[in-house]
Amino acid sequence: MANTILILAEQLRGSLSDITFEMLGEGRKLANALGVPLYAALLGSEAASLAAKLGAADKVFVVDNASLNMAPANTTAAALKAVMDQAQAGLVLIGGTNVSMGVGAVLSAKANLPFVNYCRAIRADGGAVVLTSQLFGGKILTDVKLTDGKGIVSVYPGAFQADAGKSDKTPAIEKVEVSVEAPKVTFKKYIEPETGDVDITKQNVLIAVGRGIQDKGNVELAEELAATLGGAVCASRPVIDQGWLPLSRQVGKSGMTVKPRLYLALGISGAPEHWEGMQGSQCIVAVNTDPKAPIFDGAHYGIVGDALEFIPLLTDKVKARKG
Amino acid sequence: MNIFVLLKLVPDTVEELEIAGDGKSLEAEVLRFKQSDPDEHAVEQAILLKEKCSSKVTVVALESPEVDDALFTALAKGADRAVKLTGNLINAQSFAAAQMLANFLKPEGASLPADTLILLRGQSIDDLEGEIGPFLAELLGLPYVCVVTSVVPEGGSVTVMKEFAGGLRGEFAVPMPAVIGIQSAEKPPRYVPFAKIKAIQKTAKIETVDVTPPDSLTRFGVERMYKPEAVGRAQMLEGASEEVADKLVEVLAKNSLI
Repeated sequence: MANTILILAEQLRGSLSDITFEMLGEGRKLANALGVPLYAALLGSEAASLAAKLGAADKVFVVDNASLNMAPANTTAAALKAVMDQAQAGLVLIGGTNVSMGVGAVLSAKANLPFVNYCRAIRADGGAVVLTSQLFGGKILTDVKLTDGKGIVSVYPGAFQADAGKSDKTPAIEKVEVSVEAPKVTFKKYIEPETGDVDITKQNVLIAVGRGIQDKGNVELAEELAATLGGAVCASRPVIDQGWLPLSRQVGKSGMTVKPRLYLALGISGAPEHWEGMQGSQCIVAVNTDPKAPIFDGAHYGIVGDALEFIPLLTDKVKARKG
Repeated sequence: MNIFVLLKLVPDTVEELEIAGDGKSLEAEVLRFKQSDPDEHAVEQAILLKEKCSSKVTVVALESPEVDDALFTALAKGADRAVKLTGNLINAQSFAAAQMLANFLKPEGASLPADTLILLRGQSIDDLEGEIGPFLAELLGLPYVCVVTSVVPEGGSVTVMKEFAGGLRGEFAVPMPAVIGIQSAEKPPRYVPFAKIKAIQKTAKIETVDVTPPDSLTRFGVERMYKPEAVGRAQMLEGASEEVADKLVEVLAKNSLI
Protein backbone atom coordinates (compact mmCIF):
# COMPACT_ATOMS: atom_id res chain seq x y z
CA MET A 1 0.00 0.00 0.00
CA ALA A 2 1.20 3.47 -0.77
CA ASN A 3 2.10 5.63 2.19
CA THR A 4 1.06 9.13 1.23
CA ILE A 5 1.16 12.17 3.47
CA LEU A 6 -2.12 13.90 4.30
CA ILE A 7 -2.60 17.30 5.89
CA LEU A 8 -5.78 18.48 7.57
CA ALA A 9 -6.26 21.99 6.18
CA GLU A 10 -7.47 24.07 9.09
CA GLN A 11 -9.94 26.89 8.65
CA LEU A 12 -11.75 29.29 10.90
CA ARG A 13 -14.53 31.64 9.78
CA GLY A 14 -13.97 30.90 6.12
CA SER A 15 -10.22 31.52 6.11
CA LEU A 16 -7.38 29.04 6.04
CA SER A 17 -5.22 29.27 9.16
CA ASP A 18 -1.44 29.86 9.05
CA ILE A 19 -0.85 26.38 10.45
CA THR A 20 -2.30 24.94 7.22
CA PHE A 21 0.49 26.53 5.18
CA GLU A 22 3.13 25.74 7.82
CA MET A 23 2.19 22.04 7.51
CA LEU A 24 1.99 22.20 3.70
CA GLY A 25 5.50 23.66 3.45
CA GLU A 26 7.05 21.11 5.77
CA GLY A 27 4.90 18.29 4.35
CA ARG A 28 6.10 19.16 0.85
CA LYS A 29 9.74 18.82 1.89
CA LEU A 30 9.06 15.51 3.62
CA ALA A 31 7.02 14.14 0.70
CA ASN A 32 9.84 15.01 -1.71
CA ALA A 33 12.41 13.36 0.55
CA LEU A 34 10.31 10.21 0.84
CA GLY A 35 9.22 10.25 -2.81
CA VAL A 36 5.51 10.14 -1.97
CA PRO A 37 2.62 12.45 -2.84
CA LEU A 38 1.38 15.17 -0.49
CA TYR A 39 -2.37 15.51 -0.08
CA ALA A 40 -4.59 17.90 1.82
CA ALA A 41 -8.05 17.31 3.29
CA LEU A 42 -10.55 20.17 3.42
CA LEU A 43 -13.76 19.59 5.32
CA GLY A 44 -17.01 21.56 5.58
CA SER A 45 -19.34 23.54 3.37
CA GLU A 46 -16.74 26.20 2.56
CA ALA A 47 -14.13 23.64 1.59
CA ALA A 48 -14.60 23.81 -2.18
CA SER A 49 -13.97 27.57 -2.34
CA LEU A 50 -10.72 27.30 -0.37
CA ALA A 51 -9.21 24.28 -2.13
CA ALA A 52 -7.50 26.30 -4.89
CA LYS A 53 -5.24 27.96 -2.29
CA LEU A 54 -3.62 24.66 -1.39
CA GLY A 55 -1.38 24.42 -4.45
CA ALA A 56 1.56 23.09 -2.45
CA ALA A 57 -0.37 19.81 -2.24
CA ASP A 58 -0.53 17.39 -5.17
CA LYS A 59 -4.21 16.86 -4.55
CA VAL A 60 -6.91 18.23 -2.28
CA PHE A 61 -9.63 15.90 -1.02
CA VAL A 62 -12.77 17.93 -0.42
CA VAL A 63 -15.60 16.76 1.83
CA ASP A 64 -18.35 19.31 1.24
CA ASN A 65 -20.67 18.66 4.15
CA ALA A 66 -22.23 21.25 6.44
CA SER A 67 -22.18 18.83 9.39
CA LEU A 68 -18.40 19.29 9.43
CA ASN A 69 -18.61 23.05 10.02
CA MET A 70 -17.32 23.77 13.53
CA ALA A 71 -17.66 20.07 14.20
CA PRO A 72 -16.31 18.44 17.37
CA ALA A 73 -13.12 16.39 17.27
CA ASN A 74 -14.77 12.98 16.93
CA THR A 75 -16.91 14.05 13.95
CA THR A 76 -13.95 15.67 12.20
CA ALA A 77 -11.77 12.64 12.92
CA ALA A 78 -14.38 10.24 11.49
CA ALA A 79 -14.51 12.19 8.21
CA LEU A 80 -10.74 12.52 8.14
CA LYS A 81 -10.38 8.75 8.59
CA ALA A 82 -12.50 8.24 5.46
CA VAL A 83 -10.26 10.66 3.52
CA MET A 84 -7.18 8.97 4.95
CA ASP A 85 -8.37 5.63 3.58
CA GLN A 86 -9.25 7.15 0.22
CA ALA A 87 -5.84 8.86 0.00
CA GLN A 88 -3.99 5.77 1.25
CA ALA A 89 -2.27 8.04 3.73
CA GLY A 90 0.19 6.68 6.27
CA LEU A 91 1.22 9.95 7.88
CA VAL A 92 -1.34 12.61 8.81
CA LEU A 93 -0.37 16.10 9.97
CA ILE A 94 -2.86 18.09 12.06
CA GLY A 95 -2.45 21.54 13.61
CA GLY A 96 -1.69 21.65 17.32
CA THR A 97 -4.07 24.58 17.62
CA ASN A 98 -7.09 25.21 19.80
CA VAL A 99 -9.26 24.71 16.70
CA SER A 100 -7.94 21.24 15.82
CA MET A 101 -6.99 19.99 19.27
CA GLY A 102 -8.44 16.54 19.93
CA VAL A 103 -8.79 15.51 16.28
CA GLY A 104 -5.41 13.78 16.08
CA ALA A 105 -5.88 11.71 19.22
CA VAL A 106 -9.30 10.45 18.08
CA LEU A 107 -8.00 9.73 14.58
CA SER A 108 -5.09 7.76 16.00
CA ALA A 109 -7.51 5.65 18.03
CA LYS A 110 -9.69 5.05 14.97
CA ALA A 111 -6.70 4.26 12.70
CA ASN A 112 -4.79 2.37 15.39
CA LEU A 113 -1.65 4.38 14.72
CA PRO A 114 0.72 6.21 17.08
CA PHE A 115 -0.21 9.77 17.98
CA VAL A 116 2.72 12.14 18.48
CA ASN A 117 1.93 15.59 19.87
CA TYR A 118 3.88 18.88 20.13
CA CYS A 119 5.94 18.22 16.97
CA ARG A 120 8.47 20.91 16.01
CA ALA A 121 10.61 19.13 13.39
CA ILE A 122 10.10 16.31 10.92
CA ARG A 123 12.66 14.50 8.80
CA ALA A 124 12.90 11.45 6.62
CA ASP A 125 15.36 8.77 7.66
CA GLY A 126 15.37 6.20 4.87
CA GLY A 127 11.76 5.10 4.73
CA ALA A 128 11.23 6.06 8.34
CA VAL A 129 10.08 9.40 9.71
CA VAL A 130 11.74 11.02 12.73
CA LEU A 131 9.63 13.48 14.70
CA THR A 132 11.08 15.95 17.19
CA SER A 133 8.62 17.12 19.84
CA GLN A 134 8.90 19.45 22.78
CA LEU A 135 7.84 18.46 26.26
CA PHE A 136 7.83 20.12 29.69
CA GLY A 137 7.07 23.61 28.43
CA GLY A 138 9.81 23.51 25.82
CA LYS A 139 12.57 22.52 28.26
CA ILE A 140 13.05 19.06 26.76
CA LEU A 141 13.04 17.68 23.22
CA THR A 142 12.30 14.10 22.22
CA ASP A 143 12.83 12.20 19.01
CA VAL A 144 10.36 9.51 18.01
CA LYS A 145 11.03 7.30 15.01
CA LEU A 146 8.08 5.99 13.04
CA THR A 147 9.89 3.09 11.39
CA ASP A 148 7.14 2.42 8.84
CA GLY A 149 6.52 6.16 8.41
CA LYS A 150 2.96 5.81 9.71
CA GLY A 151 1.41 7.93 12.41
CA ILE A 152 -0.76 10.87 13.34
CA VAL A 153 1.19 14.02 14.17
CA SER A 154 0.05 17.19 15.90
CA VAL A 155 2.25 20.04 14.65
CA TYR A 156 3.18 22.87 16.97
CA PRO A 157 2.00 26.23 15.57
CA GLY A 158 4.84 28.50 14.51
CA ALA A 159 7.36 25.65 14.22
CA PHE A 160 7.55 26.02 10.44
CA GLN A 161 7.36 28.91 7.99
CA ALA A 162 3.89 29.49 6.53
CA ASP A 163 5.32 31.09 3.38
CA ALA A 164 6.94 27.78 2.42
CA GLY A 165 3.46 26.27 2.03
CA LYS A 166 2.03 28.96 -0.23
CA SER A 167 1.97 28.19 -3.94
CA ASP A 168 0.46 29.61 -7.13
CA LYS A 169 -0.02 26.13 -8.56
CA THR A 170 -3.51 24.76 -8.98
CA PRO A 171 -3.92 21.50 -7.11
CA ALA A 172 -5.97 18.57 -8.37
CA ILE A 173 -9.25 18.42 -6.48
CA GLU A 174 -11.17 15.26 -5.65
CA LYS A 175 -14.55 15.35 -3.99
CA VAL A 176 -15.12 12.65 -1.42
CA GLU A 177 -18.58 11.59 -0.30
CA VAL A 178 -18.53 10.71 3.37
CA SER A 179 -21.55 9.84 5.42
CA VAL A 180 -21.22 12.02 8.48
CA GLU A 181 -23.16 11.22 11.61
CA ALA A 182 -24.79 14.38 12.97
CA PRO A 183 -22.51 15.65 15.73
CA LYS A 184 -23.85 15.56 19.28
CA VAL A 185 -22.12 18.84 20.06
CA THR A 186 -23.80 21.94 18.61
CA PHE A 187 -21.98 25.15 17.79
CA LYS A 188 -24.13 28.05 18.97
CA LYS A 189 -22.24 31.26 18.33
CA TYR A 190 -18.93 33.08 18.25
CA ILE A 191 -18.01 35.36 21.10
CA GLU A 192 -15.97 38.21 19.69
CA PRO A 193 -12.70 39.21 21.37
CA GLU A 194 -13.24 41.52 24.30
CA THR A 195 -12.42 45.04 23.35
CA GLY A 196 -10.54 46.40 26.29
CA ASP A 197 -9.45 49.93 27.02
CA VAL A 198 -6.19 49.23 25.22
CA ASP A 199 -5.50 47.33 22.00
CA ILE A 200 -2.24 45.58 22.81
CA THR A 201 -1.73 44.58 19.18
CA LYS A 202 -1.26 48.24 18.27
CA GLN A 203 1.33 49.19 20.92
CA ASN A 204 4.97 49.97 20.17
CA VAL A 205 6.02 49.07 23.69
CA LEU A 206 4.59 46.24 25.74
CA ILE A 207 5.47 45.50 29.34
CA ALA A 208 4.49 41.86 29.77
CA VAL A 209 3.99 40.39 33.22
CA GLY A 210 3.95 36.71 34.15
CA ARG A 211 3.63 34.52 37.19
CA GLY A 212 6.76 36.19 38.62
CA ILE A 213 4.73 39.33 39.30
CA GLN A 214 3.34 37.35 42.27
CA ASP A 215 0.47 39.61 43.23
CA LYS A 216 -2.27 41.71 41.67
CA GLY A 217 -0.98 44.79 43.48
CA ASN A 218 2.33 44.52 41.67
CA VAL A 219 0.68 45.04 38.29
CA GLU A 220 0.70 48.75 39.17
CA LEU A 221 4.50 48.74 39.10
CA ALA A 222 4.37 47.48 35.53
CA GLU A 223 1.69 50.05 34.66
CA GLU A 224 3.99 52.83 35.82
CA LEU A 225 6.89 51.51 33.77
CA ALA A 226 4.59 51.20 30.75
CA ALA A 227 3.39 54.77 31.20
CA THR A 228 7.00 55.96 31.44
CA LEU A 229 8.00 54.13 28.26
CA GLY A 230 4.81 55.07 26.42
CA GLY A 231 3.34 51.59 26.17
CA ALA A 232 0.84 49.24 27.77
CA VAL A 233 0.85 46.23 30.06
CA CYS A 234 0.01 42.77 28.79
CA ALA A 235 0.33 39.36 30.42
CA SER A 236 0.81 35.64 30.09
CA ARG A 237 -1.99 33.18 30.81
CA PRO A 238 -1.47 32.60 34.56
CA VAL A 239 -1.89 36.33 35.26
CA ILE A 240 -5.12 36.49 33.25
CA ASP A 241 -6.45 33.31 34.90
CA GLN A 242 -5.86 34.92 38.29
CA GLY A 243 -8.05 37.81 37.18
CA TRP A 244 -5.26 40.35 37.65
CA LEU A 245 -5.67 41.72 34.12
CA PRO A 246 -8.57 41.42 31.63
CA LEU A 247 -8.65 38.86 28.82
CA SER A 248 -7.98 41.62 26.27
CA ARG A 249 -4.42 41.85 27.64
CA GLN A 250 -3.52 38.18 27.13
CA VAL A 251 -0.63 37.31 24.82
CA GLY A 252 -0.20 33.77 23.52
CA LYS A 253 -1.92 30.77 22.00
CA SER A 254 -5.48 31.67 22.99
CA GLY A 255 -4.84 35.38 23.29
CA MET A 256 -3.37 38.02 21.08
CA THR A 257 -0.41 37.86 18.73
CA VAL A 258 1.69 40.98 19.18
CA LYS A 259 4.71 42.41 17.37
CA PRO A 260 5.74 45.56 19.25
CA ARG A 261 9.09 47.30 18.86
CA LEU A 262 9.87 46.45 22.48
CA TYR A 263 8.55 43.44 24.41
CA LEU A 264 9.77 43.55 27.99
CA ALA A 265 8.92 40.17 29.56
CA LEU A 266 8.92 40.36 33.36
CA GLY A 267 8.72 37.11 35.32
CA ILE A 268 7.64 35.16 32.25
CA SER A 269 9.30 31.76 31.80
CA GLY A 270 8.63 31.63 28.07
CA ALA A 271 6.39 28.57 27.75
CA PRO A 272 5.77 27.70 24.09
CA GLU A 273 2.13 28.81 24.38
CA HIS A 274 3.28 32.31 25.30
CA TRP A 275 6.13 32.39 22.81
CA GLU A 276 3.61 31.69 20.04
CA GLY A 277 2.03 35.10 20.61
CA MET A 278 5.09 37.37 20.87
CA GLN A 279 7.93 35.81 18.88
CA GLY A 280 7.58 38.43 16.15
CA SER A 281 8.49 41.31 18.50
CA GLN A 282 11.39 43.43 17.25
CA CYS A 283 13.31 43.63 20.53
CA ILE A 284 12.61 41.15 23.31
CA VAL A 285 14.06 41.81 26.75
CA ALA A 286 13.47 39.20 29.46
CA VAL A 287 13.87 39.48 33.23
CA ASN A 288 13.59 36.22 35.15
CA THR A 289 15.02 34.72 38.33
CA ASP A 290 15.64 31.37 36.62
CA PRO A 291 18.81 31.62 34.47
CA LYS A 292 17.63 28.56 32.55
CA ALA A 293 14.15 29.90 31.74
CA PRO A 294 13.34 29.17 28.06
CA ILE A 295 12.56 32.88 27.51
CA PHE A 296 16.32 33.57 27.46
CA ASP A 297 16.75 31.26 24.48
CA GLY A 298 14.68 33.51 22.28
CA ALA A 299 15.02 36.95 23.83
CA HIS A 300 17.50 39.47 22.44
CA TYR A 301 18.57 40.69 25.88
CA GLY A 302 18.32 38.86 29.19
CA ILE A 303 18.58 39.81 32.83
CA VAL A 304 18.70 37.25 35.62
CA GLY A 305 16.97 38.79 38.59
CA ASP A 306 13.76 39.48 40.41
CA ALA A 307 11.39 41.39 38.15
CA LEU A 308 9.69 42.98 41.15
CA GLU A 309 12.90 44.60 42.32
CA PHE A 310 13.95 45.52 38.83
CA ILE A 311 10.77 47.26 37.62
CA PRO A 312 10.87 50.34 39.92
CA LEU A 313 14.60 50.68 39.39
CA LEU A 314 14.20 50.69 35.63
CA THR A 315 11.25 53.09 35.84
CA ASP A 316 13.41 55.58 37.77
CA LYS A 317 16.33 55.20 35.37
CA VAL A 318 14.11 55.72 32.32
CA LYS A 319 12.52 58.79 33.93
CA ALA A 320 15.98 60.19 34.73
CA ARG A 321 17.16 59.56 31.18
CA LYS A 322 14.13 61.27 29.70
CA GLY A 323 14.65 64.18 32.07
CA MET B 1 -24.68 16.16 38.36
CA ASN B 2 -22.23 13.39 38.71
CA ILE B 3 -18.88 15.07 38.13
CA PHE B 4 -15.55 13.30 37.75
CA VAL B 5 -12.27 15.20 37.66
CA LEU B 6 -9.17 13.37 36.48
CA LEU B 7 -5.91 14.46 38.08
CA LYS B 8 -2.29 13.82 37.25
CA LEU B 9 0.87 15.32 38.68
CA VAL B 10 3.50 16.66 36.31
CA PRO B 11 7.16 17.46 36.93
CA ASP B 12 7.65 21.02 38.11
CA THR B 13 9.46 22.68 35.21
CA VAL B 14 10.76 25.46 37.45
CA GLU B 15 13.14 22.80 38.78
CA GLU B 16 16.12 21.54 36.85
CA LEU B 17 15.21 18.59 34.61
CA GLU B 18 17.93 16.00 34.01
CA ILE B 19 18.06 13.34 31.32
CA ALA B 20 18.43 9.81 32.73
CA GLY B 21 21.30 7.51 31.80
CA ASP B 22 19.20 5.72 29.17
CA GLY B 23 18.96 8.99 27.22
CA LYS B 24 15.24 8.40 26.74
CA SER B 25 13.64 9.58 29.96
CA LEU B 26 13.99 12.08 32.78
CA GLU B 27 16.11 11.32 35.82
CA ALA B 28 13.34 10.36 38.25
CA GLU B 29 15.29 11.03 41.41
CA VAL B 30 15.58 14.77 40.92
CA LEU B 31 11.99 15.31 39.80
CA ARG B 32 9.64 17.34 41.92
CA PHE B 33 5.99 16.95 41.08
CA LYS B 34 3.18 19.44 41.12
CA GLN B 35 -0.41 19.63 40.05
CA SER B 36 -0.67 21.10 36.57
CA ASP B 37 -2.47 24.42 36.18
CA PRO B 38 -5.26 22.99 34.00
CA ASP B 39 -5.90 20.26 36.60
CA GLU B 40 -6.29 22.86 39.33
CA HIS B 41 -8.72 24.71 37.10
CA ALA B 42 -10.66 21.50 36.39
CA VAL B 43 -11.06 20.93 40.13
CA GLU B 44 -12.16 24.54 40.61
CA GLN B 45 -14.71 24.29 37.79
CA ALA B 46 -16.13 21.12 39.36
CA ILE B 47 -16.48 22.77 42.77
CA LEU B 48 -18.08 25.86 41.20
CA LEU B 49 -20.63 23.59 39.49
CA LYS B 50 -21.28 21.80 42.76
CA GLU B 51 -21.95 25.14 44.43
CA LYS B 52 -24.39 26.14 41.67
CA CYS B 53 -26.35 22.92 41.38
CA SER B 54 -26.21 19.96 43.69
CA SER B 55 -23.53 17.66 42.37
CA LYS B 56 -21.26 14.93 43.55
CA VAL B 57 -17.61 15.55 42.72
CA THR B 58 -15.24 12.59 42.50
CA VAL B 59 -11.54 13.15 41.89
CA VAL B 60 -9.71 10.27 40.24
CA ALA B 61 -6.00 9.71 39.67
CA LEU B 62 -3.72 6.93 38.55
CA GLU B 63 -1.26 5.92 41.24
CA SER B 64 1.93 8.00 41.11
CA PRO B 65 4.37 9.60 43.55
CA GLU B 66 2.80 12.32 45.71
CA VAL B 67 -0.61 11.99 44.05
CA ASP B 68 -2.32 11.48 47.45
CA ASP B 69 -1.54 15.12 48.30
CA ALA B 70 -3.38 16.31 45.22
CA LEU B 71 -6.38 14.10 46.00
CA PHE B 72 -6.55 15.30 49.62
CA THR B 73 -6.22 18.90 48.45
CA ALA B 74 -9.21 18.41 46.16
CA LEU B 75 -11.20 16.93 49.06
CA ALA B 76 -10.25 19.91 51.20
CA LYS B 77 -11.54 22.20 48.46
CA GLY B 78 -14.91 20.47 48.44
CA ALA B 79 -14.70 17.28 46.40
CA ASP B 80 -16.84 14.48 47.86
CA ARG B 81 -14.84 11.42 46.96
CA ALA B 82 -11.27 10.59 45.97
CA VAL B 83 -10.25 7.47 44.09
CA LYS B 84 -6.78 6.20 43.27
CA LEU B 85 -6.38 3.57 40.59
CA THR B 86 -3.53 1.27 41.53
CA GLY B 87 -1.46 -1.31 39.67
CA ASN B 88 1.79 -1.09 37.83
CA LEU B 89 0.80 2.05 35.99
CA ILE B 90 3.81 4.33 36.05
CA ASN B 91 4.83 5.44 32.55
CA ALA B 92 1.36 4.96 31.10
CA GLN B 93 0.94 7.22 28.09
CA SER B 94 -2.36 9.02 27.56
CA PHE B 95 -4.05 6.27 25.54
CA ALA B 96 -3.26 3.58 28.11
CA ALA B 97 -4.32 5.88 30.94
CA ALA B 98 -7.58 6.59 29.11
CA GLN B 99 -8.21 2.85 28.73
CA MET B 100 -7.85 2.32 32.49
CA LEU B 101 -9.94 5.36 33.36
CA ALA B 102 -12.64 4.29 30.89
CA ASN B 103 -12.80 0.86 32.53
CA PHE B 104 -13.14 2.47 35.94
CA LEU B 105 -15.77 4.98 34.86
CA LYS B 106 -17.79 2.48 32.87
CA PRO B 107 -17.03 -1.12 33.72
CA GLU B 108 -18.02 -3.61 31.07
CA GLY B 109 -21.78 -4.01 30.90
CA ALA B 110 -22.44 -0.89 32.96
CA SER B 111 -23.62 2.45 31.63
CA LEU B 112 -22.75 5.96 32.66
CA PRO B 113 -25.50 7.95 34.41
CA ALA B 114 -27.01 10.52 32.04
CA ASP B 115 -25.87 13.42 34.22
CA THR B 116 -22.19 12.47 34.16
CA LEU B 117 -19.66 15.16 33.37
CA ILE B 118 -15.96 14.31 33.15
CA LEU B 119 -13.65 17.31 33.52
CA LEU B 120 -9.93 17.15 32.85
CA ARG B 121 -6.94 19.04 31.50
CA GLY B 122 -6.90 19.60 27.75
CA GLN B 123 -3.21 18.79 27.37
CA SER B 124 -0.40 17.41 29.48
CA ILE B 125 3.14 18.76 29.17
CA ASP B 126 4.80 15.49 30.20
CA ASP B 127 3.41 13.03 27.68
CA LEU B 128 4.06 12.76 23.94
CA GLU B 129 0.46 11.78 23.30
CA GLY B 130 -0.44 14.66 25.55
CA GLU B 131 -4.23 14.49 25.37
CA ILE B 132 -6.23 12.08 27.45
CA GLY B 133 -9.66 13.66 26.93
CA PRO B 134 -10.26 12.77 23.30
CA PHE B 135 -9.06 9.19 23.88
CA LEU B 136 -11.38 8.82 26.86
CA ALA B 137 -14.30 10.32 24.93
CA GLU B 138 -13.66 7.97 22.01
CA LEU B 139 -13.44 4.90 24.28
CA LEU B 140 -16.62 5.87 26.14
CA GLY B 141 -18.45 7.04 23.01
CA LEU B 142 -19.01 10.50 24.52
CA PRO B 143 -18.84 14.01 23.06
CA TYR B 144 -15.70 16.03 23.78
CA VAL B 145 -14.89 19.72 23.68
CA CYS B 146 -11.59 21.17 24.87
CA VAL B 147 -9.90 24.51 25.63
CA VAL B 148 -13.00 25.32 27.67
CA THR B 149 -13.19 28.29 30.03
CA SER B 150 -16.75 28.06 31.32
CA VAL B 151 -19.34 25.34 31.86
CA VAL B 152 -23.01 26.20 32.42
CA PRO B 153 -25.55 23.41 33.01
CA GLU B 154 -28.83 23.64 31.10
CA GLY B 155 -31.11 20.64 31.56
CA GLY B 156 -29.41 17.56 30.21
CA SER B 157 -26.68 19.58 28.54
CA VAL B 158 -23.92 21.96 29.39
CA THR B 159 -23.12 25.12 27.48
CA VAL B 160 -19.38 25.53 27.25
CA MET B 161 -17.14 28.33 26.03
CA LYS B 162 -14.16 27.26 23.96
CA GLU B 163 -11.18 29.47 23.14
CA PHE B 164 -9.89 29.66 19.59
CA ALA B 165 -7.17 32.28 19.07
CA GLY B 166 -6.75 36.04 19.20
CA GLY B 167 -9.35 36.30 21.93
CA LEU B 168 -12.06 34.73 19.72
CA ARG B 169 -14.23 32.20 21.53
CA GLY B 170 -17.15 29.99 20.64
CA GLU B 171 -20.16 28.70 22.53
CA PHE B 172 -21.14 25.05 22.18
CA ALA B 173 -24.01 22.99 23.59
CA VAL B 174 -22.83 19.58 24.75
CA PRO B 175 -25.30 16.87 25.80
CA MET B 176 -24.33 14.86 28.90
CA PRO B 177 -22.70 12.50 29.57
CA ALA B 178 -19.69 14.31 28.17
CA VAL B 179 -15.95 14.82 28.51
CA ILE B 180 -14.76 18.44 28.77
CA GLY B 181 -11.14 19.58 28.50
CA ILE B 182 -10.76 22.54 30.84
CA GLN B 183 -8.34 25.35 30.03
CA SER B 184 -9.31 27.55 32.92
CA ALA B 185 -12.18 27.74 35.39
CA GLU B 186 -14.58 30.67 35.59
CA LYS B 187 -12.73 31.85 38.71
CA PRO B 188 -9.10 31.45 39.83
CA PRO B 189 -8.52 28.17 41.69
CA ARG B 190 -9.33 28.68 45.35
CA TYR B 191 -6.65 28.61 47.99
CA VAL B 192 -6.95 26.01 50.69
CA PRO B 193 -4.90 26.36 53.88
CA PHE B 194 -2.43 23.59 54.63
CA ALA B 195 -4.10 23.01 58.01
CA LYS B 196 -7.36 22.16 56.28
CA ILE B 197 -5.61 19.62 54.05
CA LYS B 198 -3.93 18.12 57.12
CA ALA B 199 -7.31 17.89 58.85
CA ILE B 200 -8.97 16.17 55.92
CA GLN B 201 -6.13 13.65 55.77
CA LYS B 202 -7.17 12.53 59.24
CA THR B 203 -10.88 12.22 58.52
CA ALA B 204 -11.22 11.34 54.84
CA LYS B 205 -10.01 8.29 52.98
CA ILE B 206 -8.76 7.80 49.47
CA GLU B 207 -10.45 4.78 47.93
CA THR B 208 -8.08 2.55 46.03
CA VAL B 209 -9.22 0.50 43.07
CA ASP B 210 -6.87 -2.05 41.61
CA VAL B 211 -6.97 -1.96 37.82
CA THR B 212 -5.60 -4.29 35.22
CA PRO B 213 -3.24 -2.37 32.97
CA PRO B 214 -3.81 -2.72 29.22
CA ASP B 215 -1.46 -4.96 27.22
CA SER B 216 0.80 -2.03 26.57
CA LEU B 217 1.25 1.18 28.53
CA THR B 218 2.82 2.91 25.54
CA ARG B 219 2.07 2.79 21.83
CA PHE B 220 5.51 3.89 20.70
CA GLY B 221 8.95 4.42 22.14
CA VAL B 222 11.18 7.45 22.45
CA GLU B 223 14.36 7.28 20.42
CA ARG B 224 16.14 10.05 22.27
CA MET B 225 15.40 12.70 24.90
CA TYR B 226 17.60 15.79 25.17
CA LYS B 227 17.74 19.43 26.09
CA PRO B 228 17.28 21.93 23.28
CA GLU B 229 20.37 23.76 22.14
CA ALA B 230 19.80 27.46 22.47
CA VAL B 231 19.81 28.79 18.95
CA GLY B 232 19.78 32.47 19.73
CA ARG B 233 20.75 32.83 23.35
CA ALA B 234 19.97 36.29 24.69
CA GLN B 235 22.78 38.76 25.27
CA MET B 236 22.84 38.75 29.06
CA LEU B 237 23.14 42.07 30.89
CA GLU B 238 25.11 41.37 34.03
CA GLY B 239 26.24 43.16 37.15
CA ALA B 240 24.65 44.74 40.21
CA SER B 241 21.00 45.82 39.85
CA GLU B 242 21.84 49.49 39.27
CA GLU B 243 24.43 48.61 36.66
CA VAL B 244 22.07 46.24 34.85
CA ALA B 245 19.31 48.88 34.79
CA ASP B 246 21.80 51.39 33.33
CA LYS B 247 22.83 48.87 30.68
CA LEU B 248 19.21 48.26 29.73
CA VAL B 249 18.52 51.97 29.48
CA GLU B 250 21.44 52.19 27.05
CA VAL B 251 19.99 49.33 25.01
CA LEU B 252 16.60 51.04 24.89
CA ALA B 253 18.19 54.33 23.89
CA LYS B 254 20.31 52.65 21.21
CA ASN B 255 17.13 51.13 19.76
CA SER B 256 15.39 54.53 19.85
CA LEU B 257 12.91 53.21 22.40
CA ILE B 258 13.45 56.08 24.78
